[in-house]
Amino acid sequence: MGRPQVDMTMWDPVALRWPWSDPLPSDSTASVEKQPAPLSGGRALVRLGGIGVVLLLIALGFFYLGGWFSPNSLTPARFVNAFERADGVFSGFRRNHAKGVGVSGYFESNGQGARLSKAVVFQSGRMPVIGRFSFGGGDPHVADAPTMVRGLGLQFLLPDGEQWRTAMVNLPVFPFQTPQDFYDNLVASQPDPKTGKPDPEKMAAFAASHPATVRAIALIQSHAPSSGFDNSAFNSLNAFRFIDAAGTSIPVRWSLAPVEPVVAMSTAGGGQTDKNYMFDALIASILQHPLQWRLIITIGKPEDPTNDATVAWPDGREQVDVGTLTLDHIESEETSLARDINFDPLVLPSGMAPSDDPLLSARSAIYSQSFTRRAGEAKTPSAISAAEVGK
Amino acid sequence: MGMAGEQRQFTVLMRILHWLMAAMVLTMLGIGVAMVASLGDYHRLVSIHRPLGIAILIVVVIRFVNRQFSTLPPFPASMSSRERFVAHASEVLLYTLLFVLPLVGWGMLSAARFPIALYGPLHLPPILPHSVMLYAFLRRTHTVLAYLLFLAFIAHFGAILFHTLVVRDGLFSRMAPWRVDAR
Repeated sequence: MGRPQVDMTMWDPVALRWPWSDPLPSDSTASVEKQPAPLSGGRALVRLGGIGVVLLLIALGFFYLGGWFSPNSLTPARFVNAFERADGVFSGFRRNHAKGVGVSGYFESNGQGARLSKAVVFQSGRMPVIGRFSFGGGDPHVADAPTMVRGLGLQFLLPDGEQWRTAMVNLPVFPFQTPQDFYDNLVASQPDPKTGKPDPEKMAAFAASHPATVRAIALIQSHAPSSGFDNSAFNSLNAFRFIDAAGTSIPVRWSLAPVEPVVAMSTAGGGQTDKNYMFDALIASILQHPLQWRLIITIGKPEDPTNDATVAWPDGREQVDVGTLTLDHIESEETSLARDINFDPLVLPSGMAPSDDPLLSARSAIYSQSFTRRAGEAKTPSAISAAEVGK
Repeated sequence: MGMAGEQRQFTVLMRILHWLMAAMVLTMLGIGVAMVASLGDYHRLVSIHRPLGIAILIVVVIRFVNRQFSTLPPFPASMSSRERFVAHASEVLLYTLLFVLPLVGWGMLSAARFPIALYGPLHLPPILPHSVMLYAFLRRTHTVLAYLLFLAFIAHFGAILFHTLVVRDGLFSRMAPWRVDAR
């Protein structure tokens, strides 16, 4: 195979060197006669083809890892698409738990948790917290209702620079065992374009094939929600693991127990004309005096499931009060740092680790996808505006 | 080793760094493309991705510094100056990507104020201000650069296969993990 002749004046090798490289050695140091004889054209073509096949296989392997050949498998993007189909896309807002308000305060650890986990958050002391109260669902302008899922996302800034983030809800258990169950429910409960309501047949079919969800919803419905955010309990739902200084790992769940007296939600129903009335009540309450919750760690026994958030652990499990959360400041998402925080439940300090619950990794992946989408969008005003908080 | 001027291979340290980098980058590309499509394995993969990216950043800086103090073996005489230009340009591209990609990753997580845990309580400080718009831009940049790195790797690997199997000019022996004596 003859080599193409190159016009040496076009490609001055000296000008193309790396700035730090030695002068290019002259060709005389490499002896041409030691090369094997050139391949015949046919053999060269075969080898070229072989190289092409190898490169193609590498590229296919890469795309296989990226899920390009499994269009039906659940990915973070497909999951968030399902949220968007269910509730619509609201520029700059979370794809779930869209309506919310920012809060801040501090956590005062009493040191009781230090024997359970070596995490710095459990050593005695006070650390700043940023949080966000929210309602479940993707509509940032939905009317407040006590039956909707309430969320509380928290970010603890630990003295050594680590962070702990947790996203909790007021339900006692989570209705779905796996990400696929959650996704299938989102699809089944999507409003029918004709009626504007979910198709009852699809909902019934989902319930029939998901007994764990039916049991969880029965348990959820047996717990009457409290009247407001300020006297609501919030639960980690998923199990986690605590690791102590000796390396011993134990299964745990945690919850925030309100210091405010719990008042059951009004059963009178209706009569609420202000669509932000629960957030307004939270704002009034926090402006009156700081709100407090006790952080309670529940320690699981070896037989308690850690991979099933639909099941409550039996009563009587050891519970440790590890400190008090105080929220003394509230502001609209328009100014609060909380808007731009992804309350990823797997941002854990050393000493805390995920359990084998399949929801945890999925939550982390999906929150990240939702965060990435909304981060790049124009931000539109929150329903709980700065004026609403200030009034 | 022969006399000075007859060096046929990159130095032992350069070859170790090259093959270490090759293993890390291939692992990284696979993890990166898999984790963004994964739910169940996302956390496991992302927990490797971040410290491995920082390890690549450290190794590329070591390679860059070491290269300045090392003598490079000559290209085979069979390579035209056009090919040498392409070889140089691809090296510059690869070094640049291997340096910029981890920095963009670190920067995007900084802009999102997302902690970058390395090992245990060890974590990196943020290098950019908190701005989700900046995060969104850098997140897209990270993806684009990662695909560019994959293409650059394919081109690099394809070129060495071409030289080894078709041109048969012994180009590969310069970076071979084993010792190749001057003939």
